[in-house]
Amino acid sequence: MKDKNAVDYAAFPDMTGHFGQFGGRFIAETLMQPIDELTEAYETLKNDPVFQQQFDYDLAHYVGRPSPLYLAERLSEKYGCKIYLKREDLNHTGAHKINNTIGQALLAKHMGKKRIIAETGAGQHGVASATIAARLGLECIVYMGEEDIHRQAPNVYRMRLLGAEVVPVTSGSKTLKDALNEAMRDWVTNVDDTFYIIGTVAGPHPYPMMVRDFQSVIGREAREQILERESRLPNALVACVGGGSNAIGLFHPFLDDEDVAIYGVEAGGDGIETGKHAAPLSAGKPGVLHGNRTYLMESSDGQITETHSISAGLDYPGVGPEHAWLKDIGRANYVGITDEEALAGFHELTRIEGIIPALESSHAIAYATKLATQMDKDDIILVNLSGRGDKDINTIAAIEGIEI
Amino acid sequence: MSRIKAVFENLKANNKSALIPYITAGDPHPDITVPLMHKMVEAGANIIELGVPFSDPMADGPVIQQACERALQHDVTLADVLDMVAEFRKQDQQTPVILMGYCNPIEVMGYENFAKKAKAVSLDGVLTVDLPPEESAHANKLFAEAELDTIFLLSPTSSTKRIQTICDNASGFVYYVSLKGVTGAANLDIKAVSDKIAEIRKCTTLPIGVGFGIKDAQTAKLVGDVADAVVVGSAIIKKIVEHKDDAKKIEAEIYTLLNEMRLTLDA
Repeated sequence: MKDKNAVDYAAFPDMTGHFGQFGGRFIAETLMQPIDELTEAYETLKNDPVFQQQFDYDLAHYVGRPSPLYLAERLSEKYGCKIYLKREDLNHTGAHKINNTIGQALLAKHMGKKRIIAETGAGQHGVASATIAARLGLECIVYMGEEDIHRQAPNVYRMRLLGAEVVPVTSGSKTLKDALNEAMRDWVTNVDDTFYIIGTVAGPHPYPMMVRDFQSVIGREAREQILERESRLPNALVACVGGGSNAIGLFHPFLDDEDVAIYGVEAGGDGIETGKHAAPLSAGKPGVLHGNRTYLMESSDGQITETHSISAGLDYPGVGPEHAWLKDIGRANYVGITDEEALAGFHELTRIEGIIPALESSHAIAYATKLATQMDKDDIILVNLSGRGDKDINTIAAIEGIEI
Repeated sequence: MSRIKAVFENLKANNKSALIPYITAGDPHPDITVPLMHKMVEAGANIIELGVPFSDPMADGPVIQQACERALQHDVTLADVLDMVAEFRKQDQQTPVILMGYCNPIEVMGYENFAKKAKAVSLDGVLTVDLPPEESAHANKLFAEAELDTIFLLSPTSSTKRIQTICDNASGFVYYVSLKGVTGAANLDIKAVSDKIAEIRKCTTLPIGVGFGIKDAQTAKLVGDVADAVVVGSAIIKKIVEHKDDAKKIEAEIYTLLNEMRLTLDA
């Protein structure tokens, strides 16, 4: 890899929310005031020791952090290098999403907002938002594409049990991007009492930065844990990328460690060459969507195109602007894993390690096993196991023609 | 002098407000758009706001979202919309046309390329909903060179400082969105609108248009009494939805709606 000494990663985004040409605030005037209000509140609180203490306390005692760093011995043996899994699947609610929702919900509470809204794809962010809303006594509305409601029925029920209202979104492609549009519309209409918890590192500034900051606990812990276990840093990091919050959370604390290779794994769907995928970094172009400039899946006329992935959580036509920037400056590599490969990864981890991974995380597992074959025996790959797969068993069963 | 400026000066001299209808280009069918534009001028429209269909119109309510979806069923592109403007100009060289839409179709066409094409078809202005002044220095320079007015939105939540920033970057007119929320939303508080317009006038000499919540001649009149222009969108598109399969009926109904607004505004 090239010499990256020149880049001061901590200096990004800049004051206006840009990562190079990416990021920024491409929003309607109606959203400007709430975004300014949010920026101010976050800037004040992020360095406030009381707020940080509260956040850390909740991560420890409510989420169960630090999450373990687990050496997957049989997987390592089979593929010929050391594969460690950062067990975000063991967090309360079963995925990394809770880290961010706690941060944002505490912020909402400090700002005096009584009502939180969220968008969700796979339902993990919706569940995490509903969970923290229940705990803090906030009203919670979750926007979810009609298509995803069918794919992720167990999570829909969980959200309702937690007291959230799940609103089906029927516009556009009826998936995550449309849920985000709908949540934005709710926000501009109810700005006075509403806080919008975005679940990924997308959206207008300060969301990509703020969500990254809350999720960076993953990478900080992993870095400390691997140094303790192996007395050295890993050779490679691997994480799946939809919007990219679990990936940036793992990657960010390692950006200055230039010997650590970084791989973000996008949803290759039926294969990048078929066009039926959700891999904007691998096959898209820069454009503007949901308040920021980033790589997008779009038509030659700039319409956002429908994506395809077996995993609802990766089914998004954009990606966090920091990933777009890391790709362009060459600090991170972005690759695709097909539905079929992800399914194989899912079964493999389940059978030989006794861990049922989320379909999203299965993409990372599948790529790690590919990458491992090019590594030496003592090399270390650190994979973010971003969520557990219980929510996906209906999908898997349906694919395999099994009725449960 | 820009066509938009001329329109406002002329109206002001006659103590009248501008009537600005919005339609989404290609809704419900590309063939209807140019004839409908002419019909709206005949009914008393002073400026035409032509929506560029986009797959993810984040700041719009269901009425305009669905208008975009209908247009996109016919694959109406930004290039097609510019062709429609060229077609309109063959018969009408006076009425200003502004494009309203989202950033990404222009981003993909390229700002320079778009500005060049827009100038070639005698487009008058652009209102790019998700391109605030902070992100549009480069684009605005190109637009100015192409003699395009840059119209920006102001909202009830815009601070005085913010209003000043927007007005400093705007040309043609500024567009005050009179409600919190998305297009097509419900009730209009005329007192609040009037107060905000007074605040905006302290920051600019540009004409002020008001949109969101204007559904009939009565609401148009209330707004026309305090603003320089009245923008009507969702109320027109509802007529398109009602008579989706009958182009003549659409033209006739929209003519009636706008003409009534015109007559009431001028009364």
